[in-house]
Amino acid sequence: MGITESYARGRRVLGDRLPVVVTALLCGVLAVDLLRRLATGDLGGANLLGYLWEGLVVGLSIGLAGVGLSMTYSILNFANFGHGDYVTSGAFAGWAATWAIAGFGQFDLTSLLFIGQLSTRELGVSIATTPLAILAGIVVAGAFTVALSLVIDRLVYRPMRDQGGISLLIASIGVALALRYVIYIVFGQRTRGLTNSQAAPEYTVAVGAGAVEIGAHQVTLVLVAGALMLGLHLLLQRTKLGKAMRAMADNEDLARVTGIPTERVVRFTWIIGGGLAGAGGFLIALERGTMNFQFGWVLLLLIFAAVILGGIGSVYGAMFGGVVMGVAQNLSLVWIPNEFSTVAAFAVMIFVLLFKPEGIFSGVTTA
Amino acid sequence: MSDRTLSRAGGLLDVPAWNAYRDWFRGRWAEGGRVAWGTAIGHLVVGLLAFAAVVSFDLGSLPIGGSLIGFLYVLAVAGTLYLATAPPAEPYLAWLDERWMTSDVDKLLIVLGHVSLGFFVFAVALGLPFNGLVNSLRSVFFFTAVYAMMVLALNLHWGYTGVFNIGIAAFMAVGVYAMAILSGPTEAGVAGVAGLGLPLPVAIVGGVLAAAFVGLLAALPALRLRADYFAIVTVAFSEIVRLTLTSQTFQEFTIPFTGIETGTGGAGGISMPVNPIRHLFFDGGDPALLGSVLFPVFRDLRVQLIPPGSSWLGIVPLPEFTLDLAVNPPVIVGVAYLFVLAGGVALFYVLLVRVGNSPFGRVLKAIREDEQVAEALGKDTRRFKIVAFMFGCGLMGLGGIMWHGSQGFTNPGAFRPIITFYVWVALIIGGAGSNTGSVLGGALFASLLWEGPTYLRRVVTNYVSFGDTPNAFPAAVSPFLEGEVLPFLAFLLDNVSALRFILVGVLLVWLMQRRPEGLLGHRKEEAAAVPLARPATRSDGGGGDE
Repeated sequence: MGITESYARGRRVLGDRLPVVVTALLCGVLAVDLLRRLATGDLGGANLLGYLWEGLVVGLSIGLAGVGLSMTYSILNFANFGHGDYVTSGAFAGWAATWAIAGFGQFDLTSLLFIGQLSTRELGVSIATTPLAILAGIVVAGAFTVALSLVIDRLVYRPMRDQGGISLLIASIGVALALRYVIYIVFGQRTRGLTNSQAAPEYTVAVGAGAVEIGAHQVTLVLVAGALMLGLHLLLQRTKLGKAMRAMADNEDLARVTGIPTERVVRFTWIIGGGLAGAGGFLIALERGTMNFQFGWVLLLLIFAAVILGGIGSVYGAMFGGVVMGVAQNLSLVWIPNEFSTVAAFAVMIFVLLFKPEGIFSGVTTA
Repeated sequence: MSDRTLSRAGGLLDVPAWNAYRDWFRGRWAEGGRVAWGTAIGHLVVGLLAFAAVVSFDLGSLPIGGSLIGFLYVLAVAGTLYLATAPPAEPYLAWLDERWMTSDVDKLLIVLGHVSLGFFVFAVALGLPFNGLVNSLRSVFFFTAVYAMMVLALNLHWGYTGVFNIGIAAFMAVGVYAMAILSGPTEAGVAGVAGLGLPLPVAIVGGVLAAAFVGLLAALPALRLRADYFAIVTVAFSEIVRLTLTSQTFQEFTIPFTGIETGTGGAGGISMPVNPIRHLFFDGGDPALLGSVLFPVFRDLRVQLIPPGSSWLGIVPLPEFTLDLAVNPPVIVGVAYLFVLAGGVALFYVLLVRVGNSPFGRVLKAIREDEQVAEALGKDTRRFKIVAFMFGCGLMGLGGIMWHGSQGFTNPGAFRPIITFYVWVALIIGGAGSNTGSVLGGALFASLLWEGPTYLRRVVTNYVSFGDTPNAFPAAVSPFLEGEVLPFLAFLLDNVSALRFILVGVLLVWLMQRRPEGLLGHRKEEAAAVPLARPATRSDGGGGDE
């Protein structure tokens, strides 16, 4: 009897933990292989650092865009599929402003505002040559997306506050489609170049035999994203609004009973989430140097993966998840071809969910 | 029922003078016989005169071509007559209402009938020959059938089990690709990859099983998750499948231990076996048995009703008139395949109704309503969910095979996430949980949202010349601000495919706000002792008018 019982228990434990054990083994093998490659010189130290830096940059941009998604999830209780297109809208609005400021007087205002077919080299937008235009672009991108998300909330989501998360999710898919193809109609489907890549300086940091190249636009993204995230952290922890938000994310009914003006908190959620999405979209486009009408939608799946990975609803989880996704995407290049890097990122998400079905920062919401 | 219809028709024109006039007309109409017909014809004549007056004064300045005038006349007179008097259309509307309430089959027939009518009008307005009409109907019913199949499969997931699957495209793709690889010829052709050379039925079964197996792979980790987490995992899964199919790595590969070379064809796509229906009609380039019988019959189906040079009583010359019912061979093959698809829809439908009414299906519905309660009642909900998920995925694979298998070729671009959302839109229009609703949703999506707008654009551009179409938004909007509407309209029509997406999006939001349960989404629970459906307060008569 003792044997069968312990056998059954062993089987149960192993059965429950099997995916975890397999994943742990897999990670161990990959880590050992990474060290072996470093030791044998198969993979240069500079290469590895380059992957990590790229991963950090991509990850921070994903995290920045993901914060808004995570906040709307925790406070409004639905997964907003329109978020990727908020990112696109913000990027288009911001870049229209940047181009208009940078090329004012030199070029036709219509083609500037519609980000038309101009030679990016002649226009010469970059953080080194036109820092003010870029800064104004970030602000306009954020402000426009705030306005947009408030208008959409008023038209779409407010009349259905009492409905379940799935209804809101489906409505947000509708918002996403409509928004994306309005952008398509206004700006066309062309993938456009935005910056003059020659004008942005590159810093070379020597590591061992090789060197890591760090672009000025990447540094801009990291700095601005870091500053915005720090600001959000202070807002959540130090202000009354942040406290109200955290309370509402924890338990909406309790928050309402305590006298927290929930509708106002919802509005601020859209303001913060939309603003970060717009600024994030602008920065991502700045770092890549190109964009088209559906880059936010393509990015959305990665953003979702990051947010889920961190534990949906948790702001810090979104930031952390973003960085994990970015690093996973780039580090996977050590082993697998370029075309599978996105697959690797999704696989990491699925594997993490095997460990922690609620995400890494589960149980902690909006704080 | 007809009371409501009367009040609705009356509500359109609630002007006292009109009411008196309408009552007078109704009285005359109720008398019947010569009085009624005399009144109706009198109205037609007055309408004709009024229209002729308007046309000669005003319409000449509009950019409208010849035969539209006649079409507009019929439309205007019929519309005015209806609005002013209502009686002619009232029995029809009442009849529609009554039928709509009677049975699910009637609802389906009403929608399909109106879809056919709508596309008939399009074909007439476009001046298409009979062959073109049949072909446009074939294309809209093709999409109706394939979407109906996918929606029925999704209904098993979402309508029955409450599993939020937004990775439909992936399971379709797996079924289609597995079938293509299994049945492909062992010798690689000029532009393609080698397959395993298995017979078609085996390949189809293999494709369905592959889709179900991938469903198992997706469900095992994901079903422990919350609904929205599960949704994201499925959409990530569908991207993983699509990116794998697109990748160069698997464009051509060797199956381990066997040495057989095959592949996905990468971004270039993969060729599919020849549609077996085609084999019934064609043998290589020549007509086969069925083809040799049917093609000549339909090729010469022209009936000369009025031969040239004939006249009425030898005085009034009559125009030549030939009833042209000829249909080309490719269209005949396509229509024949439509029957296969209809059989597929019927199969899916019967299968799902039976599953839904079985004890298994009742457990699924219990899981949908409250998983914890179902678990407390001793049901292994995880196993039920996994089996249901695999079953649905297998059906999606089969639906995908019937969809793409007819085209001879497929590529990863056909399985983008947007396809998943189309199927969802169709399900939501029809109403989750209702099998008839699923088919209706497929029909409405295919006609109103998918084929309808492009046909509408063709009709409009056929009759109205807008001048030069601006190629970008700024060029279209600047004349608009100066009061010129036509360039802007032309630009919008040129972008009708994008407008279609916006329409879908707005419709989704509207449905979620106003009618989240869809057209037929009232979930009847057969096991309940008390009828759970709300007492019939209002219905939606006459849906699907074009």
